[in-house]
Amino acid sequence: MDRLVDIAKVLRSKNSGPFEITLDILFDNIEYYHRVIVSHVITRESICALYALNPDDITQIVFFEKALGIKITYNRKVSSGTFRDRDVYGAQQHAPLMGLMIP
Amino acid sequence: MKKHIKILSPCGILGYGFPEESFLSGMQDHPDAIVVDAGSTDAGPHKLGAGTAIVSKTACKKDLAHMLIAGHKNDIPVIIGSAGGSGAEVHVNWTLDIIKEIVEENGLQGMKMAVIWADIPNEVIKNQLKADKVVPLGTSVPPLTDAIVEDSTGIVAQMGAEPIMEALAQGAKIIVCGRAYDPAPFAAVGIYHGFDPAYAYHLGKVLECGALSSEPGTTKDCMMGVLYEDGFEVYPTNPIRKCTPVSVAAHTFYEKDHPFLLKGPGIILDLEACDFKEVSEGRVRVTGSKISFTPQYQIKLEGARCVAYRTFVIAGIRDPILIDQIESVEAEVKESVVEQYKEIDSEHYEINFYNYGINGVMGDLEPIKTVGHEIGVLFEVVAKTQELASALCSSVRSTFMHYGYHGRKSTAGNLAFPFAPSDVNFGAVYAFSVYHLMETEDGKQLFPIEYSEV
Repeated sequence: MDRLVDIAKVLRSKNSGPFEITLDILFDNIEYYHRVIVSHVITRESICALYALNPDDITQIVFFEKALGIKITYNRKVSSGTFRDRDVYGAQQHAPLMGLMIP
Repeated sequence: MKKHIKILSPCGILGYGFPEESFLSGMQDHPDAIVVDAGSTDAGPHKLGAGTAIVSKTACKKDLAHMLIAGHKNDIPVIIGSAGGSGAEVHVNWTLDIIKEIVEENGLQGMKMAVIWADIPNEVIKNQLKADKVVPLGTSVPPLTDAIVEDSTGIVAQMGAEPIMEALAQGAKIIVCGRAYDPAPFAAVGIYHGFDPAYAYHLGKVLECGALSSEPGTTKDCMMGVLYEDGFEVYPTNPIRKCTPVSVAAHTFYEKDHPFLLKGPGIILDLEACDFKEVSEGRVRVTGSKISFTPQYQIKLEGARCVAYRTFVIAGIRDPILIDQIESVEAEVKESVVEQYKEIDSEHYEINFYNYGINGVMGDLEPIKTVGHEIGVLFEVVAKTQELASALCSSVRSTFMHYGYHGRKSTAGNLAFPFAPSDVNFGAVYAFSVYHLMETEDGKQLFPIEYSEV
């Protein structure tokens, strides 16, 4: 078992427009990418549990082998930069992914 | 038709800066155009709403001077996308003033300039709303109404490549675009010269971030793109950086909702079948990009409106007895202030607490429940007027400071303020009020072009 943070090359979050945040998990070798894919650790259900989201809040989960990457996009509770927003760029929402254990 | 054309992107956002050597090295490779993206919605709705820029005037002028002098010397077009950051009239005018100064200080007079405006009149939007031709962009965006349109300041739309190609055809050497789809100013050069729009737009997507898709990636350095009939190549002009097949492939992930389907004005790019190959050290060739043109041309509208005024306070808490019950104490403080101001309709303001060290960054989405031995509390009052926000926030501060919570030993005060005065009047708070797709005739109709000689 490895933590996702120890095998991913990039683990980041960012706005995708002012109403969504997108999480990117990128690898630098195909073995790690495949390990995560076959583990089925990243699913709509697991992300919902990790981020306290409803399934409808997640607009995309896409696995893209060519770029060795996984993308998860979800609706913001509050749009970027207005009151009650906590992260205008959405740049610090990736941390919960780091501890996911990959067999 | 030329066998290839070259486009130099000096940096990811005009004003972020780039090493002069990288730029000069790029110019030695004889680019056919210098193109830079100046825009972003990343910094929130305030820039568009309040009409301010993302970068300082000094920073913008420094970058732009290099570009305009090089463009003038080599007689190639210089194109700026989303001028001033948000690309509304006020932002474009801010950029035009800077250009004027550079032209005068460096004797660049006589260049033909095109300004492409991206402000969309309220009446146009309201007519399209009535005709059911405006839809929210995303499932969490509320539907647009006439009232929201009227309440918003400076609604803009993202232009595609079409009006920029028109300006190139008219021989403009400086093209200042209002709000533009980030890749569009790059794509315009390629399509104008007869290259495949799929490659022109995909290349634009890579170049609009400067050297971000190289290793080590940065928006503060230059990248060259070379368009061919059957693909494109990219390379950083600074020898310390290299493009790799993975760095370029992975770049399409960046700040987009989908990793290989990219929607722009009138187009959808499909990059799923792309092939990325290293052709020489640090230089990557891309083939297989696909594009489709949407049957109905849609443009993305962006608008912001003022929703409140804010006063806030930052304070630290070190007392473990208080930290243990912080959320319930904050709820009681809030209740007490509402009670103190019974005469003010509680619909007219909102009191919020953000506890750094507990869940300050993620709020309700935070899965970890551990609490630090000290916490930072940010509290704010947002209200209909600055005066009301300020008055209420002062009461929240004094109530919180001296609140007699259960089990309190520290009867002299609950908060460690780092600053005096503790209360900061923030001013207007904006929200993105318009983020919608609107149908239009074609890519040019709503983006008027004005020509002049600088």
